[in-house]
Amino acid sequence: MAKKKPEGYLSARESRRISRENRKITNALEKQRKRKNVPESEYLTEMKDPNNAVEFDNLHAYFFTDVGTVKAVDGVTFEVPIGKTVGVVGESGCGKSVTSLSLMQLLQRPQGQVVEGAIRLNLGDKAYDIAKTPQEQMKHLRGNHISMIFQEPMTSLNPVFRIGAQINEVIELHDGSGKTREEIKARTIELLEMVGIANSEGVYKMFPHELSGGMRQRVMIAMALACNPKVIIADEPTTALDVTIQAQVLDLLRNLKDKINSSIMFITHDLGVIAEMADYVVVMYAGRIVEKGTAEEIFAHPAHPYTIGLMASKPVVGKQVDKLYSIPGKVPNPVNMPDYCYFKDRCEMCVAGCNGDYPCEVSLSPTHKVSCYRYYDRKEGE
Amino acid sequence: MRKYIIKRILLSIVILFFVALIIYTLMRCLPTSYIEAMARQKSMQPGSKSFEEWMDQLTKMYNMDKGIIPGYFAWLGSLFRGEFGDSWKWTVPVVEKFHDTVWVSFVMGAISFVLELLIAIPLGIIAATKQYSKTDYTISIIALAGISLPTFFFASLLKLLFSVKLGWFDLYGLVGRSYEYLTPMGQFWDKAAHLVMPVTTLTVLSIGGLMRYTRTNMLEVLNADYIRTARAKGLSEHKVIYTHAFRNTLIPLVTIIGGSLPGLFSGALITETLFGIPGIGYASYHSMISGDIPFSMFYLVFLAVLTLAGNLISDILYAVVDPRVRIA
Repeated sequence: MAKKKPEGYLSARESRRISRENRKITNALEKQRKRKNVPESEYLTEMKDPNNAVEFDNLHAYFFTDVGTVKAVDGVTFEVPIGKTVGVVGESGCGKSVTSLSLMQLLQRPQGQVVEGAIRLNLGDKAYDIAKTPQEQMKHLRGNHISMIFQEPMTSLNPVFRIGAQINEVIELHDGSGKTREEIKARTIELLEMVGIANSEGVYKMFPHELSGGMRQRVMIAMALACNPKVIIADEPTTALDVTIQAQVLDLLRNLKDKINSSIMFITHDLGVIAEMADYVVVMYAGRIVEKGTAEEIFAHPAHPYTIGLMASKPVVGKQVDKLYSIPGKVPNPVNMPDYCYFKDRCEMCVAGCNGDYPCEVSLSPTHKVSCYRYYDRKEGE
Repeated sequence: MRKYIIKRILLSIVILFFVALIIYTLMRCLPTSYIEAMARQKSMQPGSKSFEEWMDQLTKMYNMDKGIIPGYFAWLGSLFRGEFGDSWKWTVPVVEKFHDTVWVSFVMGAISFVLELLIAIPLGIIAATKQYSKTDYTISIIALAGISLPTFFFASLLKLLFSVKLGWFDLYGLVGRSYEYLTPMGQFWDKAAHLVMPVTTLTVLSIGGLMRYTRTNMLEVLNADYIRTARAKGLSEHKVIYTHAFRNTLIPLVTIIGGSLPGLFSGALITETLFGIPGIGYASYHSMISGDIPFSMFYLVFLAVLTLAGNLISDILYAVVDPRVRIA
């Protein structure tokens, strides 16, 4: 009898085979991205709805690791309308950040790759398919039309350059033609003031280590806003901050969004923050969207058992409970995903149909969609 | 800053005092004694005084009749008067012998140090940016070979290939047979040609370590959040690596570079011996095995001074490249 191998055991030979195959796939993809002089027709596309700033269409982003392919994002479809905030929620490792990094083409390469699907970015006169845009072109989009506010303000600024220099750099790069140094500096100071830094001239000359976490996050926001981007990705911008600063930063983001009329893709696992910020909410679980809808629909009428569980596990002011609810079980192993509903093993509301394939999307209203067998009868009824 | 430097220099003097004391004690306790060897030789001569008598006379002559501590202070005293004494083995003033030998070693050390920096740092950066690619593996193998090859083996290989087989360079020595008859320019090129193989040996054997160090540090920096920020700004890959990442990689590199100051003057014993180059490594080794206290003391204390200076320089440079470090 063969010795019983622990779960996830890989022999050296198997691991070598996997990494060889991975190398083949990633090299081909990298080569494609690094091409120069790609005809525009290859990456320009049409928006499905011109009122959307970003459309994710059946996005698949995989990580080719030595233990196997991790399907971090596996068929995600949602839209970010112009001027609206879309909140993406889900627990750690569910693919929220990977979705947003794919939009920036900032996945940890060469392991992380977008393998299928499209990400359409609306620039008004043109629309780019980010999934096909080569590196050369991507440079002009990043920081200019899409920008990102990262999770860790403490480490996201380069420690050896002054704050002013770091913001000047973005303006110089995308907006700098015909501007003198003084004009760029004036714009940087203006941005610093816009994000509520009182001593903007002083901060301009400071190094990142001389600022607190909240101040650094403001600098990051100023940097993200420097070129009036169409889309701002805020990847858990308040996670590392204390609650008071959190509220200030959220206020700031909300006000600034209205000022420059851009769309925000807001990623967080804090439902309170989402309720405050978002117009639309997307709930992700294990690399897929389980439910999406307007904020009102998700918070007032959660449909998917996972969303219901999330809502139940949120502390409520004024309600006394002995123990906060938590969803039992754990997220399935990302390397070998089951082919039935990913949430089935943790679900408390299973129905007979749950043993079948992964459930497809059911519309509960024109905006409210859920992937769950419990609503299949409604689909048939329609 | 100034206060800090003065404080450090004063501290260095105290350290130096004790370092010199330890070196002096060790030199005095060495099993080989120049005086003893001399006395034995003299007493062997026909009709000479006995060994004991010679021993007494020579000990007095060379001022070695004091104990270790009074001897040390006597040495220290002459040091302050600017007298470094005469070398016993080389029978010339210590400074003269040092001056004669150190420059060739310094030139060799300096050239190979500059080459080491110019080769190892770019290679390390390339290997890090293309991690796990064929380029990375090739560079790593070369570096590992450089680290692992013994000096004598690599030097012998070079000699076999370039002097025995190809006949491009001379096997030994700093100058060729016809050196005296050459024009000053020709003499310069003659010396330069003789230094090619020793410098190659020194360089190839030293790039490995620095390259691995650069690669490791660069990899760490490239995974940092601020590099992702730099990319998110839309900067070109070139700018991300050579401006944002490299400035941060410099921080640990500077400490290493400051620390290699004494290495420039200490000479390379094995390489110098193999190529028959009269450098300081060769001279100091022979002084030490024959128990030449004045020369060894001068050489070792000089290196101690350089080590302390190197540390101070790297601390100051540290504050220059890393704004988070402020010296006060």
